[in-house]
Amino acid sequence: MRKVNQKGWFFVLPVLILVAFNALVPMMTVVNYSVQETFGNNQFFWHGLGWFQDILRSERFHAALGRQFLFTFLILVIEVPLGVIIALSMPRKGFWVPVCLVTMALPMLIPWNVVGAMWNIFTLPDIGLLGYFMNHVLGIDYNMTRSPFAAWVTIITMDVWHWTSLVVLLCYAGLVSIPDAYYQAAKIDGASNWAVFRYIQLPKMKQVLTIAVLLRFMDSFNVYTEPFVLTGGGPGNSTTLLSIDLVKIALGQFDLGPAAAMSLIYFAITLFVSWLFYTLMTRHDVK
Amino acid sequence: MQKRSIIPILYILFLMLPIYWLVAMSFKTTQEILGGFSLFPQTWTLASYKTIFTDPTWYWGYINSILYVTINTVISVTVALPAAYAFSRYRFLGDKQLFFWLLTNRMAPAAVFALPFFQLYSAMELFDTHIAVALAHCLFNIPLAVWILEGFMGGVPKELDETAFVDGYSFPRFFTQIFLPTIKAGVGVAAFFCFMFSWVELLLAKTLTAVYAKPIAATMTRTASSAGYELGLLAAAGTLTIIPGAIVIWFVRNYIAKGFALGRV
Repeated sequence: MRKVNQKGWFFVLPVLILVAFNALVPMMTVVNYSVQETFGNNQFFWHGLGWFQDILRSERFHAALGRQFLFTFLILVIEVPLGVIIALSMPRKGFWVPVCLVTMALPMLIPWNVVGAMWNIFTLPDIGLLGYFMNHVLGIDYNMTRSPFAAWVTIITMDVWHWTSLVVLLCYAGLVSIPDAYYQAAKIDGASNWAVFRYIQLPKMKQVLTIAVLLRFMDSFNVYTEPFVLTGGGPGNSTTLLSIDLVKIALGQFDLGPAAAMSLIYFAITLFVSWLFYTLMTRHDVK
Repeated sequence: MQKRSIIPILYILFLMLPIYWLVAMSFKTTQEILGGFSLFPQTWTLASYKTIFTDPTWYWGYINSILYVTINTVISVTVALPAAYAFSRYRFLGDKQLFFWLLTNRMAPAAVFALPFFQLYSAMELFDTHIAVALAHCLFNIPLAVWILEGFMGGVPKELDETAFVDGYSFPRFFTQIFLPTIKAGVGVAAFFCFMFSWVELLLAKTLTAVYAKPIAATMTRTASSAGYELGLLAAAGTLTIIPGAIVIWFVRNYIAKGFALGRV
């Protein structure tokens, strides 16, 4: 049992000051903008909840939100099972373990816009490796600046490339913590591979899988740089995800009020869905 | 060689292909890149790398990035250490709520904060300095560092603390001479994660800088748009941004699996 000791506040004070400074001041600025209207010259007028109503009713916001949910849904459905499968088939000890870990973690350490630029170079129709292969070897018409479908396939593949390793490494950490005795017992009982997975490996991975799903949800829901560098939101608006749309409104058109209202709605959705995932995935632990 | 090892091999191949293409392109001449498709560089050239290492706007980009990433990592880990200790050892008023609030900062889209951050740091006259970017990145790195360190500290039995205090250690001496060496793997992992997220983040770093603290990744974006199709140069700069990450990851390779589980397995 941890001791009750109010001195704890003393220890967390530096963290509190630094994070609060970075989180609260900008957040209050956003709240401030979201309820005001401006006609330039730094003159602001009270606008109440007008911007929130406008945003919630706007077709453009619904479309961007729909694309965002589709993107995040596809990411979770592909990356989580794929990550589990790869983690299960990785070696547990020996020379190849660090090799696997280091090469798999590498994509996550590349700056996000370099990831976008790299995939851009990789998929150029006539001079990129993938683009050339698709167009000239397989004979499939593949050009993501023209076809929305190709653009979607590319941004999904890029995200799978970039972030599946996070799921792999988390699950792998869960798997290596299972003592050998568990497997031996399962062998004696004649358990099938499926039974070993369902009753030994999956329960042990549950906690890390919760972290994986939460992190992947938050990050894919907030993704901006990579798809922006790769497609710029196009062709048309087909890959304009929520954050790309937000930056267009805030920094492109400089509509601060609507952008601020949209930010707050966006943040509220992220918080709510994260909370939902967390509650659903940990509800059995309480009992 | 087991049959199932085909899956990791295929996966690693998939991961390496785009990286290979980037590296291969950085050694090609512009003519060769635009002239048609070639799997390997036909005429190897170091021209792109030479441009980067001789042009100050390029190589200062690297120095800037490394500077603010280092400052951020030092700040984040230093302030996170006592906080994580408090969360793992003491109960105090509002501790759970505070911990959760810290984590919610990881959920805020950077796009939401870009403009207010710009105004905040301009008002403090820190705009376009390394310290501004380092402080801004604390928003998501400090919560992460606290989370990881708390996990590692939770694995250290409390008897260690109690024995040390019985032996007459003062708190600062206990913390620096006994406790820190015990969790040094955790400190390494936390530092690695802070480095990683500060190194790859660009939106805030770009918003908060103009000339003097401009990160390398932002220099690349500018080149990509203004100089047209200098793909070789872009590829060389991209290749060079992979190297620091690869070096850092090599140092923590033995702890990385545990680190990704945030010490909680």
